[in-house]
Amino acid sequence: MNLLLKNILLPLADFALDINVEIRHQATAIFGPSGAGKTSLLDLIAGLRRPKTALVQLDDRVLTNTEARLQVPTRHRRIGYVPQDLALFPHLSVRHNLLYGRKGNGDSTPLFSLEHITNVLEIEPLIDRRVTHLSGGEKQRVALARALLASPQILLLDEPLASLDTVLKSKILPYLARIRDEFHLPMLYVTHDWDEAQALCSEALVMERGKITRREELKK
Amino acid sequence: MTAEEWQLLSFTAWVSALSTVIILPFGLAIAWWLARRDWRGKSLVETVVSLPLVMPPVATGLILLKILGEKGPIGGFFYKHFNLDIAFTWRGVLIALAVMSFPLLVRSTRVAFEQVNPRLEQIAQTLGASNARVFWTITLPLALPGVVGGMLLAFARALGEFGATIMVAGYISGRTATLSTEIYHAFNNGEDSHAYHLLGMSVALAFLAVWCSEWFMRRKRAK
Repeated sequence: MNLLLKNILLPLADFALDINVEIRHQATAIFGPSGAGKTSLLDLIAGLRRPKTALVQLDDRVLTNTEARLQVPTRHRRIGYVPQDLALFPHLSVRHNLLYGRKGNGDSTPLFSLEHITNVLEIEPLIDRRVTHLSGGEKQRVALARALLASPQILLLDEPLASLDTVLKSKILPYLARIRDEFHLPMLYVTHDWDEAQALCSEALVMERGKITRREELKK
Repeated sequence: MTAEEWQLLSFTAWVSALSTVIILPFGLAIAWWLARRDWRGKSLVETVVSLPLVMPPVATGLILLKILGEKGPIGGFFYKHFNLDIAFTWRGVLIALAVMSFPLLVRSTRVAFEQVNPRLEQIAQTLGASNARVFWTITLPLALPGVVGGMLLAFARALGEFGATIMVAGYISGRTATLSTEIYHAFNNGEDSHAYHLLGMSVALAFLAVWCSEWFMRRKRAK
């Protein structure tokens, strides 16, 4: 994977996101305190925020190039985004949540089958339930599965374990590791927990007030 | 209930329902634009949409009469090209009710749209959904109780409309008379018992519409 984030400038309330980085690792943690601009960076990569200047390139696909006035619409970016609040569609069943991205991607051949993903994440028994009736850990896995089923080229995970207690965290972490190992999808993993970053990622970018202040290889 | 009263009741309910259905697509579109987009001129549109709510209904009716009359720009066009009268016909009633109830529909629907978490719409886009698909599959279903509540409020407003209707469509028994204009006419002519009878019908119909609206709003809040 090669994710190029060049000349990123996005004014935020108290500071500006100001980033120049090339990410080559399969799993990279974006580490930093709350309010450092981590979510804004993910939003920008997903096309949900328009930067003042930016070149965002994923492998050979340019997603944003403000100089060329190019902004690929979010729906065409093929980015699997799991936000902190998960954003499961409350009026739909688990099955309809999972299959939402399938319809969106038209007739392109899906990367992963529903059966495979529900099997890996152990959510088969939940498939006909309403998402409002799921526990925190179950919701987490459904949100991950939904993102994967849309056949993304990269996964953006925004503090996926932040709202879970220690016991649940230890249960979900292996699922994230399975996603990394079985689906071979590059992932950007936003966290402010160094242990999580080390358990899942091979590199960490430390962010403070919109800037990447440190870059560190993580050893297993 | 007499045959005339049934005719009056069914005409009022029918024309109120039709006006609500006609304003629905415009109301949804404007409410969505107001709730989800920032654009130049937004405050102006907000003000214009709310005008019929704060202006005297007879003033709104007078404006409509000038526009929809035989010599008005819209009324004149229809009369000249299609030999169609709008003022002082059921069409005039329909338009008066639509204009007067439109702000209520937009306000309720806008609040309903604003209460839908925008993050859900954004994530739907990351899953490949177009703006239209996001609207039909996420925004509208989640806002539906508020939208239906707004429709019922608009319907209830149309049921009780008087000022604009009397200006645009007048009172023509069996043709343009609604419950409100008939009550006014009966009371003016000293037909008190007829007026009170119609008043009862009017209260029952309005109570039902508002009660349904509140029920939908409660469902929305519970969700």
